[in-house]
Amino acid sequence: MKKQAKFGIGVSVIVVSMAFLAWLGYGESKTYYHTIAELQTLSGSALTHRMRVGGTVEPGSIRRLSGRVDFVLEGEGKKLPVSYMGSDPLPDTFVDKSQALVEGRPGSDGRFVAEHVQAKCASKYEAAPGGSGGAAADSSQRSM
Amino acid sequence: MAVDVFGSFALVLALVCAAYAFAGGIAAILTRHPLLIKSSRQAGIATCGLVFLATFSLEYLFFSDNFANAYVVAHSNRDLSTFYKVAALWSGQEGSLLFWSFLLSIYVVSVLIAYRNKNGELMPYVGVVMAGVQIFFLMLNNFVASPFKALAAPGADGVLNYVARGDGSGLNPLLQYPEMVIHPPNLYSGYTGFTIPFAFALGALLARYPGEKWIHLTRKWTMIAWMFQSLGILLGAHWAYAVLGWGGYWGWDPVENASLLPWLTGTAFLHSVMMQEKRGMMKVWNVWLVFCTFLMCILGTFLTRSGVVSSVHAFAQSSIGTWFVGFMGIILLVCFGAYLKNRDYLASENQLDSIVSRESSFLFNNLILLVSCIAVLSGTLFPVFSEWFTGNRISVGAPFFNKVNIPLGLLLLFLTGVGPLLAWRKTSTESLKRNFGWPLGAGMAAGAVAFALGFREFYSLVSLILCIFVVATIGLEFYRGAKVIRARSGASLAASAIDLTMRNTRRYGGYIVHVGMVFVFIGLAGSAFNRDTQKEMQLGSTMQIGPYTLLLQSFDTKPEKNYTAQRMIVEVLQDNKPKMMLYPEKRRFATNEQNGTMVAIHSTLKEDLYVVYAGDSPDTQLPVIHAYLNPLVKWIWFGGVVVVFGTLIALLPNQRAVLVLAGARHPATQPLPQALSPSVTLREGHD
Repeated sequence: MKKQAKFGIGVSVIVVSMAFLAWLGYGESKTYYHTIAELQTLSGSALTHRMRVGGTVEPGSIRRLSGRVDFVLEGEGKKLPVSYMGSDPLPDTFVDKSQALVEGRPGSDGRFVAEHVQAKCASKYEAAPGGSGGAAADSSQRSM
Repeated sequence: MAVDVFGSFALVLALVCAAYAFAGGIAAILTRHPLLIKSSRQAGIATCGLVFLATFSLEYLFFSDNFANAYVVAHSNRDLSTFYKVAALWSGQEGSLLFWSFLLSIYVVSVLIAYRNKNGELMPYVGVVMAGVQIFFLMLNNFVASPFKALAAPGADGVLNYVARGDGSGLNPLLQYPEMVIHPPNLYSGYTGFTIPFAFALGALLARYPGEKWIHLTRKWTMIAWMFQSLGILLGAHWAYAVLGWGGYWGWDPVENASLLPWLTGTAFLHSVMMQEKRGMMKVWNVWLVFCTFLMCILGTFLTRSGVVSSVHAFAQSSIGTWFVGFMGIILLVCFGAYLKNRDYLASENQLDSIVSRESSFLFNNLILLVSCIAVLSGTLFPVFSEWFTGNRISVGAPFFNKVNIPLGLLLLFLTGVGPLLAWRKTSTESLKRNFGWPLGAGMAAGAVAFALGFREFYSLVSLILCIFVVATIGLEFYRGAKVIRARSGASLAASAIDLTMRNTRRYGGYIVHVGMVFVFIGLAGSAFNRDTQKEMQLGSTMQIGPYTLLLQSFDTKPEKNYTAQRMIVEVLQDNKPKMMLYPEKRRFATNEQNGTMVAIHSTLKEDLYVVYAGDSPDTQLPVIHAYLNPLVKWIWFGGVVVVFGTLIALLPNQRAVLVLAGARHPATQPLPQALSPSVTLREGHD
């Protein structure tokens, strides 16, 4: 066999098998991003997808119950009740008025069942009036 | 003059100087006028000096608690310790971008000064490319994200007035950790450092600079950037492990991925340049690998700073994205233009001879690294592209990345063992047996023993076999080379091995880097056996994880300068014998009312006991301990140290002119045994 053909086979085997694995991994982990408003317009099979929804935690809505934590996310004037049932402790940044991203699936009773919650504090500086807006509340923060 | 005004003027002047270095450099290339060449170089040096001044000005504002400056207010407070006031510089958007310019300037000024009297044909081109990159970042520093903005508020008459706060909002607690002081400088030194090989590659292509000289010139710069990038990635992983309290070190977060991308292409480049040096092949490929590596650095900075992909690093969208997209577009256009214009200069001198050869191992090494890079890149940008094409924003998670990258990593590990010992052009079956027989046997034997002991995780088992195989091949290389030297000099084997390494630092330093990577793989393989458990604890109650018993002895509250720590005092017992004390804690930062977690870790080469104070139970108000038992994690950090050590060795010049010892030892009548070549013969430097 010609050496070019051998190389071709080697390269194709690697590329094709990786593409197959990528496809498997994609099916296993794909997650849809939705806003709270969009979530309320979904129907049918779209409601069974794994999804990620972002919003602001409504002040005073965090209730720690046994085995789960309930809270309400707000965004664009809409509200979404959420039950967090994951095993990881909630991040330290998860407090009233923090921005949160929840990952999970909509439950049958209209509550969103979250497996993961990421949160970021609204910066105190940005919330204060009269700031020049120079420093965005952004960046190097993560929590998982 | 107020220091903030001084700093912002320095930034404006730096932009002016960079513009001169760029335009003057182009004029110098066109006219070849010596004074223009000199003045544009000096403008480049002045740019760097001014960036240094601006950076020191911002740092001065932090140290003088200047709470009239918006950036200082947002990222510092009076009680913040000195250590973190240094780090506050790069804790937000504006400061990070200034810090980028600062590190880039260190590289640029070093290059401009080191080569001021050398490579006269090439340097003006290199200077222009570097100045172009500096202009982009200085435009961001000046016009988009200035760190010198003053706080202002409307007065009673509605007119904006300058105001100052009494104290700042403080630094994000997650960043108040020693690694956060050293992780970003390392990672950014990696990102910025790849600008230098990029500038030389593009400059050489534009100048049609003859030969492989640009590769020799940039080799050490590439290795330095690569070393910082590796270190930055590992320190970031260690920070995530020690601070975020979820028991892991790598979550395929977009910003983590962003730091991995240039590392993958940079690693591919470090290997494939050897094909060009030795055999005059892969010239087009190498040039494009450098271009891509630099683009990945810019993309990485863009992903980190813009929040275009919803990451835990950055939720908010930011206008800065448009600038980066524009800059990447310009880079691509320039690279394509230069390539199309001068591609004949990159014609290959040789063809591949055999599939079992050094060349082909490099090809597969590059293929694997590139496939991995493409997988990580497409996974990271998936939300952006799926939204463009389907209207739905879809993200992929860890299973996607792991499914592709674990087998690729193992293939790469295999090549790490095989590649360096294959001969150029074609390797005989004889030499395959000689070089790989023992190591392969050792690996398989270890695998069989592990399997018999009940080790069933497929990938970890393969990883174990390959790790043993690779270490054995490298050990054999050192042993054979050292034996030759010992036979001649009579020194001990260890001394001969050191002598061997110093004679060909590049080759043996490279082997040490490979050993470091093996250690990293050992640590990664351990993650298949992670365990964790969670329990509500009363005073005196115990919990069990693996061989350890955790006993909650008491609690205390420790007021510190900048925060209050709530500490659990946990005694760890092993076989009912007291072993040590651990103190997981929660910290409450007064200035910004945020909480931080301090994980208590007991780390050994066998496993880490990782104990988190996970908060109080909602039902009982009792504190909850989440304990993890993570095998072999320490090997990852240890491997990182070895990688850095190996890179530093490879950066050293060869100690002596390298001799072909084998020939000298054997009289002409006695032919050199076939078995000794090629690996024993000490060859000339670049290998």
